[in-house]
Amino acid sequence: MAAPATRIRSVPAPTPTRPALSDPRWLRGLLLTLTLGFIALFLLLPLAVVFGEAFAAGVGAYFASFADPDAIAAIKLTFTAAAIAVPLNVVFGVATAWAVTKFEFRGKSLLITFIDLPFAISPVIAGLIYVLMFGLHGWIGPWLDAHDIQIIFAVPGIVLATIFVTVPFVARELIPLMQAQGTDEELAALTLGASGWQIFRRVTLPNIRWGLLYGVILCNARAMGEFGAVSVVSGHIRGMTNTMPLHVEILYNEYNLQAAFAVASLLTLLALLSLFLKSLVEWRHARSSRAH
Amino acid sequence: MSTAAPVIATRRIIPGFGLTLGFALAYLGLVVLLPLSATFIRSADLSAAEWWAAVSSPRVVASYRLTFGVSLLAALANVVFGVIAAWVLVRYRFPGRRLVDALVDLPFALPTAVAGIALTALYAPNGWLGAPLAKIGPEGIKVAYTALGVWVALTFIGLPFVIRTVQPVLEELEPELEEAAASLGATRLQTLWRVVLPALRPSILTGFALAFARAVGEYGSVVFIAGNMPMKTEITPLLIVTKLEQYDYAGATALAVAMLVVSFALLLLINVLQLWSRRQGQ
Repeated sequence: MAAPATRIRSVPAPTPTRPALSDPRWLRGLLLTLTLGFIALFLLLPLAVVFGEAFAAGVGAYFASFADPDAIAAIKLTFTAAAIAVPLNVVFGVATAWAVTKFEFRGKSLLITFIDLPFAISPVIAGLIYVLMFGLHGWIGPWLDAHDIQIIFAVPGIVLATIFVTVPFVARELIPLMQAQGTDEELAALTLGASGWQIFRRVTLPNIRWGLLYGVILCNARAMGEFGAVSVVSGHIRGMTNTMPLHVEILYNEYNLQAAFAVASLLTLLALLSLFLKSLVEWRHARSSRAH
Repeated sequence: MSTAAPVIATRRIIPGFGLTLGFALAYLGLVVLLPLSATFIRSADLSAAEWWAAVSSPRVVASYRLTFGVSLLAALANVVFGVIAAWVLVRYRFPGRRLVDALVDLPFALPTAVAGIALTALYAPNGWLGAPLAKIGPEGIKVAYTALGVWVALTFIGLPFVIRTVQPVLEELEPELEEAAASLGATRLQTLWRVVLPALRPSILTGFALAFARAVGEYGSVVFIAGNMPMKTEITPLLIVTKLEQYDYAGATALAVAMLVVSFALLLLINVLQLWSRRQGQ
């Protein structure tokens, strides 16, 4: 439930230069030290450890970790799950934001609350509910089994769990943005004879593109990194139903620390790339909102 | 006078109402609501007495104590450092400020399993921090495989919440308030404590509730560092996984329902808090 945290932020406040607003020097020093110390301890050191352990046996061993066919299969599965989950949640996010911000209807605030449900639920429970639905002892498990369809302990279960945990990202990014933009431009386009699809493509989409991209980046980062939900439905079959985070766990539990951290370092690089793109989008968004 | 007019007009005029709402409801229903309600219905397989026995056994109660107790302590730590960090990021200018600001979201972007093994390696008895900590005092301070390790992981996971809820409120805070306090003779510390902090209260509480709710359900980052000893360092989400692995579906479902009820209550609380903070902002 990364509520305000995942929202795109605009221009930061200007530096206060008025004397009444500046803290005494000792206080500045103290707070700055505390903040930087805390960030170094909790964020930088764990990052450093990942790369330190990954390269502990040298560069050759590091790259050898990615030659393992199980590692390659895990990388492929992670990208596949994200490639299915992210576009679906983009369509859901755009449709929901359109319905919620362009129209009035009963139960709207309930719908908005329901969108947040996946953030409120433990990832483990997210996995469990699909096991209870599709597993062998689940609701429609026996029927699926009779028709030779496997969802749990197979790729479809992993995709479903990934979709579940990333449902809210795009929707909750777009709703406040489209609410703030109102409906004036869409109504104007309508008066000029545009169809619904044309209004969306030519008017709404250009207005929401940075927010949409921001939501996609966050959605994708979570989709690739999800562990708890995917772990419950995966069955941990090497080379088959192992995603990258699950592969990290297996290697770690086998005391193959160097390989575990090598795969972890790839996930870390993806996370850092997400943070970089996110900052870039924030910066572009700030510029374009200043230009208006 | 005309405030109600656009609402009525748009309901009729802009196309796509049925399509978008229909898709949203069908998707949410199939992916989220149907499986969730199936879980509640499934838990009715147990009688009330069986359900109660499943959610109140000593091992389960010990896991609640750890999960909720340590989540509370982690969320409190997030409040203290979150408010300080938000203040520093909004009000001070220093080299690397943008980098620090971007890094704050790392716990959201980094897969929890990676965070888990990194923190464990860091605080293990032979780790970069674990080794020096083990030399402190006669017993040495143990972090990995203790409740303290769980706290470290949950503090990491909840780190961005308070910062990101407080930051926008601080950015919008009117400087006149602080100037007025200063001109009335308040020292800077008095101003911060009596003027700035009260204005941040709703956003701090929201951030606290978000961090707490996240910590309660957290799994990936904790299982590596906790050591997972029954009665001692076993969190409730792990207990659900353990029961599932033993094919105790009824037991896992009972625990899941107990946790879902808590999660829904927290979600409600967070919505109320956010409403309050929006009202105060206006």
